Amino acid sequence: MIREITILPGFDKDGSREGFNELNLKAGETVSIVGPTGSGKTALISDIELLAQGDTATKRKVLINGTVPDEQTRYNPALKPIAMITQNTKCFADLTVVEFLEIHARARKIENDSIIEETIVLANNFTGEKIYAGNRVTTLSGGQTRSLLIADAILIGAAPIILLDEIENAGIFKQEVIELIVDSGKVIVFVTHDPVIALHTDRRIIMENGAIKGILGRDESEIHVAQNLIILDQRIGAIREELRAGKVISNELALLNLA
Amino acid sequence: MKLVVIAGPPSAGKTALVKQITRNLIQEIKIAFLKIDVVKAFEDIELSKEFGIPTRKVYSGDLCPDHASVMVLGDAITWADKNASDLFIVESAGLCLRCSPYLNQGLGIIVLSSISGIHAPEKMGAMVSLADIAVVTKIDLVSQAEREVLIQKVREVHPQVLLVETNALQGTSLQRLYEIIRKSKDIDPESLVLKGSPPLGTCTICVGKKEIGWKHHFGVIKKLDGPIAESLYRGE
Repeated sequence: MIREITILPGFDKDGSREGFNELNLKAGETVSIVGPTGSGKTALISDIELLAQGDTATKRKVLINGTVPDEQTRYNPALKPIAMITQNTKCFADLTVVEFLEIHARARKIENDSIIEETIVLANNFTGEKIYAGNRVTTLSGGQTRSLLIADAILIGAAPIILLDEIENAGIFKQEVIELIVDSGKVIVFVTHDPVIALHTDRRIIMENGAIKGILGRDESEIHVAQNLIILDQRIGAIREELRAGKVISNELALLNLA
Repeated sequence: MKLVVIAGPPSAGKTALVKQITRNLIQEIKIAFLKIDVVKAFEDIELSKEFGIPTRKVYSGDLCPDHASVMVLGDAITWADKNASDLFIVESAGLCLRCSPYLNQGLGIIVLSSISGIHAPEKMGAMVSLADIAVVTKIDLVSQAEREVLIQKVREVHPQVLLVETNALQGTSLQRLYEIIRKSKDIDPESLVLKGSPPLGTCTICVGKKEIGWKHHFGVIKKLDGPIAESLYRGE
């Protein structure tokens, strides 16, 4: 049972120690990591994913429930409490979608056969381009790959800690993804440049020059902004989907969405 | 003296791994390094320049590199010993997948890249199945799910192998490997033997005969149809 993970400070790109004592992420909490490109966002979630013990470039340490995780937790995929979706939208394995998911389910010691089909169904909720069981994973588009990997992380990874690296960049339906995983009792960490996602999380970790520079909670006015942004995002999304479908944006549609 | 033999296909990250091991252990122990390659190698120069450790290289040329390794390793261990080394790292060429260079003592490490293809663990035969440790590199290039799929494939080939995942350029998550090397036993040079079986004898192709067709060769020959020749064929 994972109640919290703790990040202990490492060093920034110039070798200076990070200025916090410890950072605790609790089960049920959503957190975003924000900062310019190259500020160390991906390195931070990689540290969490690897359950770093001073043996990554940042020299951070990550604890589970206040203690150093044992070897099995760190190295056995069947026991690993973390699922991470990286920015990689390419699969190199020459396997069909079903074969890929079956081997991953074996790695995670999952006996339930129906999970393969459920994962494909869930993945298809996140993308407009249908993924078929017999597709080869090497031929999936970026959006399809990302959708499949998110569904895989939720159902086959089934981990209490989920790390998502810039899901907004993959041409997938991010609202569906967010709805599904917030309020799940898990620790959810988003690396993001997207204001909708950033303002939807309980806290924001601010990155600069490879280091954690600050942690901000969300206040009342930001919650209000987040609600407005969702509506705005849905309107932009409606126009985006029309454009993706090759349609012309009519006056009516423009008025409806941008009035 | 401890011994680590590293194998794996070209560009898997063997040298990057050797550099990380050296960087992290050099304060505690004296390290020597041997590279066995076929045509060209620069690792010995790079490592001696970067870390100031004694290094050697051997070109196998017309010989198979694993054959060359068997021939020179005895002398190389004496050389490393004379340099008062605590750890001798041997990096193989890792080309042909018939054999593995691992010995009955020390550690055998297979290095394979996350992007080498899902069937690589099965194709690489003894190089994987006789290794003590499998180091999977370039993990920053693939998704976590794909890494776990590749690792599962390695486990299915060799259930007992100890798996280490890393980005070898940064040395991510290698503490466990350093600890295993620290704790590994010293070798007894008098009783070193290959872990796997070498191929059956030397063939005429190995020694440079270029003619095509089994009639031109002797040693171990194979026809298109039928099994490996009924007996050793001596030519017509």
